[in-house]
Amino acid sequence: MDQILINLLNGISSGLLLFMLSSGLTLIFSMMGVLNFAHASFYMIGAYVAYSLTAVIGFWPALFIAPVAVGVMGAFFESTALRRVHKFGHVPELLITFGLSYVVLEVVQLVWGRTPLQFNPPELLQGPAFTLIQTPGQGLSVALGAASDALCQGGAQCSRFPLTRAFMMGVALLMLVSLWLLLTRTRIGLVIQASLTHPEAVEALGHNVPKVFMMVFGSGCALAGLAGVIGGITFITEPAMAAVVGSIIFVVVVVGGMGSLAGAFAASILIGLLQTLPLTVDASLADAVNRLGAHVGPQTPGWPLLRITLAQAAPILPYLLLVLMLIFRPKGLLGTREG
Amino acid sequence: MSLPTISYRPKPFGGPWVVWGGFALVLAVVPLLWTSSFAQTMLSQIGIAIIACLAYNMLLGQGGMLSFGHAVYSGLGSFLAMHTLNLVSAGKLSVPVSLIPLVGGLSGLLFAALLGWVTTKKSGTTFAMITMGVGELVWSMSLMIPEFFGGEGGVSGNRVVGQAVMGISFGPQIQVYYLIAVYCFLSTAAMYALTQTPLGRMLNAVRDNPERVEFIGYSTQNVRYLAFVISGFFAGVAGGLGALNFEIVTAEVVGAARSGAYLLFVFLGGATFFFGPILGAVLMVIALVLLSELTKAWLLYLGLVFLLMVMYAPGGLASLIMMNVRVAMFGKLRRLLPGYAGLAVASVLAFLGASAMIEMLYHLQLNAALGPVMHFMGISLDAGSVLTWLGALAVMALGVALFAWRQRSFSQTWNTIAEEIEHETKMREAV
Repeated sequence: MDQILINLLNGISSGLLLFMLSSGLTLIFSMMGVLNFAHASFYMIGAYVAYSLTAVIGFWPALFIAPVAVGVMGAFFESTALRRVHKFGHVPELLITFGLSYVVLEVVQLVWGRTPLQFNPPELLQGPAFTLIQTPGQGLSVALGAASDALCQGGAQCSRFPLTRAFMMGVALLMLVSLWLLLTRTRIGLVIQASLTHPEAVEALGHNVPKVFMMVFGSGCALAGLAGVIGGITFITEPAMAAVVGSIIFVVVVVGGMGSLAGAFAASILIGLLQTLPLTVDASLADAVNRLGAHVGPQTPGWPLLRITLAQAAPILPYLLLVLMLIFRPKGLLGTREG
Repeated sequence: MSLPTISYRPKPFGGPWVVWGGFALVLAVVPLLWTSSFAQTMLSQIGIAIIACLAYNMLLGQGGMLSFGHAVYSGLGSFLAMHTLNLVSAGKLSVPVSLIPLVGGLSGLLFAALLGWVTTKKSGTTFAMITMGVGELVWSMSLMIPEFFGGEGGVSGNRVVGQAVMGISFGPQIQVYYLIAVYCFLSTAAMYALTQTPLGRMLNAVRDNPERVEFIGYSTQNVRYLAFVISGFFAGVAGGLGALNFEIVTAEVVGAARSGAYLLFVFLGGATFFFGPILGAVLMVIALVLLSELTKAWLLYLGLVFLLMVMYAPGGLASLIMMNVRVAMFGKLRRLLPGYAGLAVASVLAFLGASAMIEMLYHLQLNAALGPVMHFMGISLDAGSVLTWLGALAVMALGVALFAWRQRSFSQTWNTIAEEIEHETKMREAV
């Protein structure tokens, strides 16, 4: 029971991290029609920049400065390169961000090396946030921080939930709320929302739509950078970290429905859970069939497929979900457009 | 959702027979002129890459579909071809080795028919994301099912099977090259012929104006699906040839890096012209085989060249060539030559400065144990000294400044010539 609860929390926190990434991607996509292929690269830059800043000014200032720096880089890229190919159509726009992802990967390897970095969370975020203690016969109890050894002795099972993950959830929720407030309650949000649907009308009213685009692109990249700082301390800071999340966030955006922020949120949580929960299930299709009374063994045709456990299959589940979604609900969970 | 198209299509010099005869002649004669075993491996890989890139361009250039996962079909073609070859070796099946690539093609077609049914439901950006998802799906599967994909070591086989027919055993590389050359010629001809059929024309229409295609009663989804399946077939042929050529297939042939390479080089070659991907394929093999040996920084160069190409020449190398061919046809190329010479000097300078700095960075990072002195283009550079860096920076700045200065007068000349050509064409039409 306690383990399931911890896994659930792990899944939700991964999902929230995915949302921090996919929200920026969705914002950029729904505004500019640009699918930012290099979004995960900005996530990686966020982690690396924060790593370098932490050595100089400490983690907490870096947590704020690194996303801003990434946002500035994104805005610079938008105004120098992306805007230039805008007139050529959407394929060149996608291609230029694709090229950028190659360059960023190489530059990161050039500057910070090819091996994983020791990017440790600050002392405040080390250790467990709380411990779930399951004592036989007494049910479940919760202790804040690391539970003392005395509590975990004598048949009691202790499961710890790391502080970094709790912090990740906190930041993501904070971001979610402020993003929602920004978009619905402020003047800037109003202009952004209007540019989403009626760019010509907004331009006619005297707003500088290219500048709005640059700001949106920059802020989307800054969100990715923020996610990178938090992902960097929670997971590993290495050159492969962009590729790990890169294709998953595309799945999130398609499953949620292209251009729908609420859909991206739902899909992020769903995929976060889908990536985490099956990891603990060590049963395969063959086990399930055998439990129902049939006899399946190495001699059965298709055994190599049947014997794959759910834990082994976990990496492909998001992609399977994508395929199933396209077959049964092509517009995504909360999407409105068919195309 | 389409790449900019260039309407200028000159009549090939001497008609189609000369072009296709010349292509066949080049394929046949090059290995006789350039006979080292290294040349044979390079040429074989180029032949395979040409088929794969043309198949890819059927989607990108002809259909406006940007796929991030086309290696899936060439890769699965490779695997099934290799398994078939192994069955033939074991005596369980009898298929001539020269037809094994067709097995690859049919499996590519089969998987494209299966997976393409899902991916071609969408077009444009969503299509790109879904192909990427499907690519990741197959890549993750390759790690899960070692029985089919051979795990880390891959699946290997032996292409020399049974008795040699008319002295052809496919043991020597040159025999494999000629098999590849035959397939390359036939596939190229078939794919070119396809662009002339109603299906090929409809595919272009779906790229340029899908609403109108729907309006006159065609299903854009069906057209995309058919093109996808046919492209999968040719990708599978390339994969099958790759299996015969290397005699080993590892999981990376279905990976995202391979898919990305197809996209990158087809674009660099030029997606808007039929022959663009052929240039792209030659570049791809040169980059993957030669450039990666020459410098550790090759991916950075590749990425930067790609970025510049997307920004300044979205038609790729082919469009740059055709623009100059057009000027040459009107006999005005001579006026551009001084400008080109100036720009070439400037870009060489800029490139030398920039690449000296990049190479020094890589040297400092990867070969720090060898000391700060490194060799670059025949000279020794001290990567540890500030002077060297300033020198490289100065050379680059000089090149960039020179380029900016020459470029202005060059584009003036270019625009004048373009106007003159337009004027002359109008005059000819009037007559």
